[in-house]
Amino acid sequence: MKNFAQLFLSLDETNKTNEKVKVLKDYFNSVPDSDKMHMLALFAGRRPKRQINATLVRNWAIEASNIPAWLFEESYQVVGDLAETMALLMPQHSGNSSKTLTDWIGEINALGDKTEEEKKLWLMESWAMLDSSERFVFNKLLTGGFRVGVSQSLVVKALSEISGIAAPALTHRIMGSWMPETYTYAQLMQDESPSDDISRPYPFFLAYPIQETSEKQRSAEELKIILGEESEWQAEWKWDGIRSQMIKRGGEIFIWSRGEDLATDKFPELHPFLHALPDGTVIDGELLSFREGKPLPFNVLQTRIGRKNLSKKILEESPVAVIAYDCMEYNGEDIRHKSQDERRQILERLHAVTPYPEIFNLSKLITFTTWDQLGEIREQSRAMIAEGIMLKRKSANYQVGRKRGDWWKWKIDPLSVDAVMIYAQKGHGRRADLYTDYTFAVWDGDKLVPFAKAYSGLTDAEINKVDYFIKRNTLEKFGPVRTVKPELVFEIGFEGINKSTRHKSGIALRFPRILRWRHDKPKEEADTLETLKGFLGE
Amino acid sequence: MPGFVVYTIFLLMAKPLLEFTDKGIYCAQGKFYIDPWKPVDDAVITHAHADHAYPGNKRYLAHHHSREVLLYRLGEINLQTVEYGEPVIKNGVRISLHPAGHVIGSAQVRVEYHGQVWVVSGDYKVEDDGISAPFEPVPCHHFISECTFGMPVYQWKPQQLIFDDINNWWRNNQQQGLATVLVGYSLGKAQRILQNLDLSIGKVYTHGVIENTNEALRRNGIQLNPTERVTPDSSKEEVRKGIILAPPSSVGTPWMRRFQPYSFGYCSGWMAIRGAKRRRAADRGFVLSDHADWDGLISAIDATGCECVYLTHGYTATFARYLNEIGYNAREVHTLYGDDEEVLPQPSDEEASPKPSLKERALKDAVSSSSPSFGEGRGEASSAEEEPL
Repeated sequence: MKNFAQLFLSLDETNKTNEKVKVLKDYFNSVPDSDKMHMLALFAGRRPKRQINATLVRNWAIEASNIPAWLFEESYQVVGDLAETMALLMPQHSGNSSKTLTDWIGEINALGDKTEEEKKLWLMESWAMLDSSERFVFNKLLTGGFRVGVSQSLVVKALSEISGIAAPALTHRIMGSWMPETYTYAQLMQDESPSDDISRPYPFFLAYPIQETSEKQRSAEELKIILGEESEWQAEWKWDGIRSQMIKRGGEIFIWSRGEDLATDKFPELHPFLHALPDGTVIDGELLSFREGKPLPFNVLQTRIGRKNLSKKILEESPVAVIAYDCMEYNGEDIRHKSQDERRQILERLHAVTPYPEIFNLSKLITFTTWDQLGEIREQSRAMIAEGIMLKRKSANYQVGRKRGDWWKWKIDPLSVDAVMIYAQKGHGRRADLYTDYTFAVWDGDKLVPFAKAYSGLTDAEINKVDYFIKRNTLEKFGPVRTVKPELVFEIGFEGINKSTRHKSGIALRFPRILRWRHDKPKEEADTLETLKGFLGE
Repeated sequence: MPGFVVYTIFLLMAKPLLEFTDKGIYCAQGKFYIDPWKPVDDAVITHAHADHAYPGNKRYLAHHHSREVLLYRLGEINLQTVEYGEPVIKNGVRISLHPAGHVIGSAQVRVEYHGQVWVVSGDYKVEDDGISAPFEPVPCHHFISECTFGMPVYQWKPQQLIFDDINNWWRNNQQQGLATVLVGYSLGKAQRILQNLDLSIGKVYTHGVIENTNEALRRNGIQLNPTERVTPDSSKEEVRKGIILAPPSSVGTPWMRRFQPYSFGYCSGWMAIRGAKRRRAADRGFVLSDHADWDGLISAIDATGCECVYLTHGYTATFARYLNEIGYNAREVHTLYGDDEEVLPQPSDEEASPKPSLKERALKDAVSSSSPSFGEGRGEASSAEEEPL
């Protein structure tokens, strides 16, 4: 565990990609193979199952820290991370445990059938034998909130440099539902045909934004320079649903989300169409709610994502279908090396024979001859319930991860209003102990009505200034929330707007974020609720 | 006339010896202020940091070792300096300075009148840093204390462990051909670092602001290890082998960038928290503070035996509540202290790393049912802020 704790410290201590890779390689080279696989699983977002209820962990940590519960809560507000708060509050000492990461995960997994007293005894003893940096990563394992500041691609890069196996191959091998307890490092190294595991998805190919922000509009001339001839490109709508990979192999079906979660059971409507596909087929596409052949806004789909049980009512109100746009495997053969054009033809052939055309939709190609013309078509995105336009090079193969060059997304500009900040709350992680989560309001007569929360969009320097303002202009404190003197005005961007009965303002925004700080506007000139509701009609 | 005496005592009791005004901490009986932030006639200064020593006062009283730094920072001022424990009487009120251990020349101000004793801590730490006169608890009735790090998550390690880390980091940089830039504020932290570095590793170079402070302290008779000011003529190769001490204001400036390639370390108590450390984007964060940590604050307050403690800056509300719960009489007071030199500079841009969209998060949280978030909906599973380093 010392190595694993040190890995965390070392990753924290550099912002440079090359050094992070070096740190990762040092780690791989210093731990047993079983630890390598556990680490890989954790960094790929597979956290161990939570064996002790979060409230119990918290209560026992308060006991071990010997402070009142309210002070523990306030400490958490300052630190912004529960595992770290617990690690810092307990008595400091140097650890004397030589257990490995594998040992600890094994112990955690074995807790399942223990009594509450046994769990407590084990936890108190474990905390007592770890130093504060080990305790931090241990708490992360235990509470399951395991996130690391390193992308999976960096971990794969380090592993690739050590093993000599190409990164795309490794990325593919660690997709899907393997378990670090049963999939060994030796197997990973020798796994020549990863699709032997019939559930294993391919790594998704992800698009780069062609324009970084809405403020930097791309002109037709610029697109010409970046992308070249129009005829080399295929354009489609960028659908606003759940990116998914659908697999039919060996008579079984699997639906994977982009977050590498197996979501097969979440979408029963898709099962018949998937079963009707020939064996050895993998399709890439977007899941959306549909009614009468038309996609519905994302918030309709959202009503069912969180549900554990899909009631009849939900299935009726938010029926899901697929808009397919790529095919990675056909007749059991990996066809990712084929061109976009060829893969599209294969996809069209699959679509042509499906008995479920109302479930298996094809992403229509947009015909255009000039970039100017495509720019005009892009203006209709919102009406199409799309987020913008996707551009794919006709000669491109299907690549691994986010790659610049062959797949681009060209999103529509967000809607926006000017709003006044009225509440603030402290952030987490890197922004702990800084006020970074704000609630914004617009005018309704002479009242300010809150309508959105946003916590991103400002630079670190701006956040520091806003934080300074908040700390000196607090009107009231409600637990962690501060009511702030209404004064600062921000332009709030959002992707969509819907009626809502749950919010005071009567509306709910999709992806609200801060576009910029309007130093030039006094609060009186912020927008009104009426303006905001005007967007509902669109 | 016993009635008159009782009335006089009543008046004396009604008017506390020190009060908190909009100009600073005021002694009406002695007609002087302690660390005033608006111009007054008589100012007693705990230490020379900018949030405690403001310009514009008619007369200043401070410790001998603050003399040259105050003159350097505030220009021509009317300044009287004294030794620790040496009494000064103002309008019948007895004033004396006592070591605060915060920086060189820093003092607690003891104020006594008719047997009533108040102590103003200024800023302080309880660990002996080897360069400032070590903190001495001063028994008093009323103690006015800072609590910059008045949260239990702040627990310092002995400084020797931190300096071992710093020296090892420097050695390591040297082997890799990296320049070593260590950031700490110019009065106090810089000298504490300077006196505790392993000078067998190499030479110590300084930013102009720090070297000016060093020179002022040397004029004051303080013995400091040798340093060399970085100038446009400094040999890049030589500087690279040494360690460069820089103030927080230099982070991310062209001045610092010219040492590239370098590793940049930051010395501050705020480095105890991972989020704060990542926000500074320093290569290394060293948890080294000139303020007392949680246990240090409590032990210092306890050692005064005071009837009442007033908390001026830091986590005042939380700390006051806790002290009251464990049997002290603690109050929060409002001052302008604390915008001090331990406040950190703007971080530089960090490497951007892709993070999953909100949508992916929402789905992920929905699919993995084993992720209930912690109380009040503030669980980490729902926080989008944890991802990038």
